[in-house]
This record gives sequence, C-alpha cells and structure tokens, in this order.
Amino acid sequence: MTKSEVKLLGAWPSPFVMRARIALNIKSVSYEFLEETFQPKSPLLLDSNPVYKKVPVLINQDKPICESLIIVQYVDDVWSSGPSILPSEPYDRAIARFWATYLDDKWYPTLRSVRGAKGEDDRKKLITEVGEGLTLLEDALNKTSRGKDFFGGDQIGYLDIAFGCFLGWLRVTESLTGVKLLDQVKTPCLVKWAERFCAHGAVKDVMPQTEKLVEFAKMLMAKMAASTPN
Amino acid sequence: MGSEDVKLFNFHASPFGQRVIWALKLKGVDYECIEEDIFNKSNLLLELNPVHKKVPVLVHCNKPIAESLVILEYIDETWKQYPLMPQNPYQRAHARFWANFAEHKLLVAARIARLSSEEEQEKAVNEAREAMEKIEEEIKGKKFFGGDKIGYLDIVIGWISYWIPVWEEVGSMKILDPLKFPAINAWITNFLSHPTINDTLPQRDKMVVYYHSRRKEVSPS
Repeated sequence: MTKSEVKLLGAWPSPFVMRARIALNIKSVSYEFLEETFQPKSPLLLDSNPVYKKVPVLINQDKPICESLIIVQYVDDVWSSGPSILPSEPYDRAIARFWATYLDDKWYPTLRSVRGAKGEDDRKKLITEVGEGLTLLEDALNKTSRGKDFFGGDQIGYLDIAFGCFLGWLRVTESLTGVKLLDQVKTPCLVKWAERFCAHGAVKDVMPQTEKLVEFAKMLMAKMAASTPN
Repeated sequence: MGSEDVKLFNFHASPFGQRVIWALKLKGVDYECIEEDIFNKSNLLLELNPVHKKVPVLVHCNKPIAESLVILEYIDETWKQYPLMPQNPYQRAHARFWANFAEHKLLVAARIARLSSEEEQEKAVNEAREAMEKIEEEIKGKKFFGGDKIGYLDIVIGWISYWIPVWEEVGSMKILDPLKFPAINAWITNFLSHPTINDTLPQRDKMVVYYHSRRKEVSPS
C-alpha cells in the first residue's frame, strides 16, 4: 500500500490521535500524518468527520474512519497479518473493551475536569476519584497481564493503547496540581507499566513531552480564562 | 451448551438489557434471566459488576461481562450463528460509529428530557431531535441498519422503537414525530414486526409506572 493511501488527520497534543498512531505503528503501516490547523477547522476535517468535526480521522483509500477506539479496532481488522492488537479470546476482548469504555466515559473526563475545578474542595474530590480509578486499573493490569509486562501480555494491546495515551495528560495534571497521581505505593504495577509503555518502539516517537503539554495546557487555560466573562 | 451456562442479570424496563435479550434470542442461545430489583440491588450483582453496579451483566461459564455494547460484541464473537456485526472492516467501523453516536448523543439527551421539565427539557428534546435527524439519514433507503436482516446497529438503536414512546408519555414531550422521521418510523414498523424482537418486549404498563417514579424522584412537581 503506498504511503498516500493511508492518511491520519490529527493533532500532536491529542491522546486520542496517539491511539491511532500507536496502532498504525504496531502494524508497521506507512501513513501520512496531517497536523490539523483548527482555526479554522480544515475542509478535510469538516468533510471527513461532519458529525463531530474532531480528530483523529483515519482516511484509508479515501474512506474516513472516526473515533479513536473504532480506528484502533479497524486497523487491527484490516492489517490482520501484523501483531494483534485485540486479545484473541472473546472474554479477554470483552474485558479490554470494558476498561477502554470506562476510561473514555468515566476516568478521563474526571481527569480533565481536575484542571477546571472550581475551588480546592472540588479539586480534592476529583483527584480522589482519579486515584480510585487508578486503583481499579492497577487491579485490572494484574488480572489481564497474567504476570507479563502489559495489559495485552507480552506485547502492548488494545487496553495498553486505550489507557497509555493518557499518560502525558496525567503527568500534566500532576505537574499543575502538585499531586502525585500515579503512585509507587498505591499503584506500583502501573508505575512500572507506564515506563515500559512510554519506552515502547510504537509509542516513544508519538508520546508528546510533558513539558510541551504543560505549556499547551497553560495556553488553553489562559484562553478559557480570557473568553469567560466575570 | 445448556442454559445453566448463560445467565443474564437484568431489570425488566432496561433498554440496555433488552439489547442483550434480542441478541441471545436471535442467535437461539438459551439463558437464565435473573430479574434485579433496581431499588434494592442484590449483593451478587454488586460482586459481578463492582465498577458500575448496574444491569445488564451477562455471566457465561461463571465469567461476568458488563456494559451492553461490550456484551453484544462478546455474544457475536462467541456464538457464530446469525452474525450481528458486518463482515467487512469498514462497515464494522461504520456500525460501531453510529452505535456510539446513538448512545452518547441520542440516548443521553432523551434520558435528560424524560427526567426534566421546561427549559432544560426543551433543550434536551432539541438535542435528541438533532441526533434523530442524523440517524434518519443513516436508515434512509434501508430496511434495517444491517441491510436485509437485523444486525448489531438495529439492536443497539432498537430501544427507540419501544422506549421513546413511553418516555414521551412520561415526559409529556414529542421527540419522534412520524412526519419528521418517516424513514425511522418505517424501520420501527419493520423492526417490531420481527417475532423475536416483538415477543420479548417488556410490559408497557409496568415500564410506564417505573419511568414515572424515576421522573418524580428528580422533578417532584
């Protein structure tokens, strides 16, 4: 498949875009990465994702696929000769999908809202919730890894990708709040897993540096503050 | 495989549990249905789904699976007869996209609408209608979302055929106007005509009582 047949429309700070990139990297797919401009949103974005107008969008032979977890599963389906991303057993696949849904529907929205928390009490409550979620994920890692390095076992898989993409923003939140969320005492296995994940060949070139993300977050927060009437 | 291998923990009025029932029935899989009291959840349910503490939970060979969309894909991967997901990867992605959309945009808005009143309800009804418009475009020209046969997306969206009219009654509102959504209404007729779909529907009057009680909790007026 020639390079231009597979395109990924994305943005460097987005954890969701990272998921798609990791999946493509695992399968050694050559693709063209198009950094979305956003202001205004490009015609390609509006055309290929008219429903949500969001990144990532994978475009394969002119067909757009949207929503990061759907893209990851699509990549796994299409490039089936490469290493598997989803587990092979239906029950293990269900567990991986369950936790990925939890991450998107509950855990990450809570993490995001820490930055916009109104007041110390609210912030503390949200940080506690993030921590409780991490404890659940520590337990999930122990169960699904079966003693191996990743949620997916020997190799990174669907749940590693679904969760690992948030590590950058998790570190940003730690930096901005001064609170250690991924904790050696409470979540020792996750701490080790995070190091291994970030060092992985399919991940390291697409994981943004925390310092760059912190600057980006501060810029976003300043913009929000400027546009919110007092 | 005997019915003792498959158990479904459900609540009669749950649209999420109904999806699982439809999938199991279409595939001819025997199962035991355990009705949970939503207002007094069993310890067993809390053990089986400690993260969300909700129904439905499918238990297969003593292994629990929660979250209806996850359960649907599990069922489809485990029992190969009557395939629910499309075979083609792009069409699979397409079905998952619209399932996700209906869940996050339509269901969420419709739920808020059935629980709220006045301004908040009007806003939610409008959001639900906007989502419905996109779904109308999707079903145009097709008998079912799955094509000629009922498939994954029909089962995921199927709740609107029976739950929306109940929610409209409970919330004194209108979301699914037949004049505005002729394709969806035609699909609803086709969908509910299927004996497997129709034979398993919960009792409407019991559902109405339940949803009225939920609304009263939130908007006591």
